[in-house]
Amino acid sequence: MKTIYFNKFYKSFNILSGILIIASLVFLVFKGLNFGVDFKGGTLIELRTDKSSANITKIRDSFNQMNLGDVSVKNFGNETDFVVKFEKQNSNDPQFIEQIKTKLSNSIGSVDFRRVENVGPKVSAELLRSGVIAIALSLAAMLLYIWIRFEWQFSLGAILALFHDVIITLGVFSVFSLEINLSIVAAVLTIVGYSMNDTVVIFDRVRENLRKYADVKIFELTNISINETLSRTIITSVTTLLALLSIFIFGGEILKGFSLAMILGVIFGTYSSIYIANPVLVSLKVSQRTIVKEEKE
Amino acid sequence: MLYFSKLRVFSVLIFTLIISYFTISNFTKVDDEFFSKNIKLGLDLQGGSYLLLEIDNEPVITQRLQSKVLEFKKFFKDKDIKVRNFVIENKSIIFDVENSKIEEVKSLLDDDKSEINPYFQQYKSHQFNIENMDTSFKLEFSDYGLVLLKNSSLDQAIEIVRRRVDEVGTNEPNILKRGNDRILVELPGLDDPGRIKSLLGKTANLTFQFISSSSEESFGTEKLSFEDGSSEAIVSKRIVLSGDNLMDAKPTMNNQTNETVVSFSLDRVGAKKFGKATSNGVGKRLAIVLDGKIISAPEVREPIIGGNGQISGNFTFQSATDLALLLRSGALPAPLNIIEERTVGPDLGKDSINAGIMSLIIGFILVVAFMFYKYRFFGLIANLALISNLFLLVGILTLFEATLTLPGIAGIILTVGMAVDANVLIFERIKEELKNENNSIVAFDSGYTKSRTTILDANITTLIAAVILFFMGSGPIKGFSITLGVGILTTLFSVYFIARLITAYYVIKNKHKEKLI
Repeated sequence: MKTIYFNKFYKSFNILSGILIIASLVFLVFKGLNFGVDFKGGTLIELRTDKSSANITKIRDSFNQMNLGDVSVKNFGNETDFVVKFEKQNSNDPQFIEQIKTKLSNSIGSVDFRRVENVGPKVSAELLRSGVIAIALSLAAMLLYIWIRFEWQFSLGAILALFHDVIITLGVFSVFSLEINLSIVAAVLTIVGYSMNDTVVIFDRVRENLRKYADVKIFELTNISINETLSRTIITSVTTLLALLSIFIFGGEILKGFSLAMILGVIFGTYSSIYIANPVLVSLKVSQRTIVKEEKE
Repeated sequence: MLYFSKLRVFSVLIFTLIISYFTISNFTKVDDEFFSKNIKLGLDLQGGSYLLLEIDNEPVITQRLQSKVLEFKKFFKDKDIKVRNFVIENKSIIFDVENSKIEEVKSLLDDDKSEINPYFQQYKSHQFNIENMDTSFKLEFSDYGLVLLKNSSLDQAIEIVRRRVDEVGTNEPNILKRGNDRILVELPGLDDPGRIKSLLGKTANLTFQFISSSSEESFGTEKLSFEDGSSEAIVSKRIVLSGDNLMDAKPTMNNQTNETVVSFSLDRVGAKKFGKATSNGVGKRLAIVLDGKIISAPEVREPIIGGNGQISGNFTFQSATDLALLLRSGALPAPLNIIEERTVGPDLGKDSINAGIMSLIIGFILVVAFMFYKYRFFGLIANLALISNLFLLVGILTLFEATLTLPGIAGIILTVGMAVDANVLIFERIKEELKNENNSIVAFDSGYTKSRTTILDANITTLIAAVILFFMGSGPIKGFSITLGVGILTTLFSVYFIARLITAYYVIKNKHKEKLI
């Protein structure tokens, strides 16, 4: 196969990544994330109307009359399905949901509540905390693993690549106000695993090549390693993306956010293994001595 | 790496067949319990309600402190120590002691063998922490004392919750402790938890108290309002009888008034107490109080000695049934708050299953087709490994009766996508090896050997993520982490035992063929 000179573009793509990361951070800080009821508390109702005459405006109007705080109404999948979210949660009142249903039936005709989620402020705060801890813990565990398996230069490269993927994926969610819920946390963790996986495959090859060629500069060496593992990188990304696209298109509305986050993560993860992890090795001037020294110790 | 002993081939085959059997058992019916295992569907797939209840322990703490004050008073009286000014403030008991007895009281409270402030050796903690300033003592529950209190009220509460849920008769409810003040209730198949919620939301503290003759609130009486909010009444604080003495309660029809009532029967102690109180109180009105609200306050026309009675109060048949149920199941030690509720209707569950299976089939076909396009014959081997991987994964989930959730299905599909990675790594490596090696058996062998650490590394990283998710995640997310984690193990098995076995067989048969892969 023809050699592709990935290393020619290290600089330009690093600048691009830098811009993307800064932009993501700006969005995350100033616009923030669109937390769902899992993390913000409140009530979510997925409802199906039997008439197509019900539209978002009508549904929003009838909910607004019920004094439930901020109400958001969105179409969910097909045109008779809607998701309504509002701040108020009153799960202690057993009639709360029933009353909403009755009032709604009076104004827009018969409705079917397909899903009701009601999360109190205490629980949502806990879920948010455990979500953050889970992500932090998995990053730490990855760091530990790769620190045991590789030299510190490699660990740094892999971890920077991880942060790159997680930050940009969250950045995209912030830009498009996509909802962050429990399944997104699961997706982010899986992205962390996948991105690591991808980086490790290239790094293993870099290390093997470092042993083999004493006189090749790391700049060239990373390119050789990327090329040698390229067909694997492409095939695995393609099969994973095929599976994820299938979930995204056919898996129903509930899994849309999850599979989208994963798709983004796989794309960024593949890109970062090449353009973040490897340039780190280059700028840290990794050479045969780096690994030989470690192995002697 | 290409050599397999006969025994090994045999055991791989047997293992795969046995596990795969459990996959198939999901779709067949066998009478034997062990052989007819089914994968459990999570609430998001079969529909149902998930409720998380939190005990409000504040009233229990106050109650416990009040009874502790009585204990203290008696204890010090027996010891001939004068104590004054008992108050309960900020969840602590405060009292004063005469000057000469300060040291004695201190040692009575602080001793490892203290009768009144028990010491728990293994936790190195008394029930109460003591603060002493001059003659004043302040007692507060120690951390362990609080844990003890919470645990005991949780134990009581979960029992009552279980009784109430069982009485409603839902299908296979799942009731579990969470921490030391929460109860998780899962009700499969229930799409309207309104009734259960209203049953669990009531403490159901039933008392019988006489209505006071005076119209002013005074010491020993309290003002309570009627259930329907119509009026208020002054009620004596003395409790004639409480729900603890109730043996049975059921909704019945009162033939004279043609109204639905709850009739109850009392245990022997209760019947005796009730008989005595009603004999003395003929002509007075007896208030029936539930959770601080008066249901009704009928006049006592004659002594009730048989231990049977009726509660009237404008009930519908439904509300009488519910009240009877609450009385039968007993009072909760403390109010329960529902802090999280998730309900999925059966339609949505079915739609989710269909969508999940649809995307699994399509994702599977896409991946299989792609692998065949890329590797031809070896693609078929990888695909065979993938199929057995799926059978093993579903089989293991079935064998351990794991719960399958919608994110769990996503985990299976993701496994399909990522599982081929190991075989791809191996095949690519073999291709490289074949460039410098003429003996194809050697090339295949070193292809397997050299790719092994990379494959392990790659899978361990994903496994780490899955394990953390398992321990941190809840409900549906746990389901995802299980399928993802088990998926990695079955992937490694199918790649290293099944795919390698077939590859070895093929390569040894065709070692002289050009361009094997």
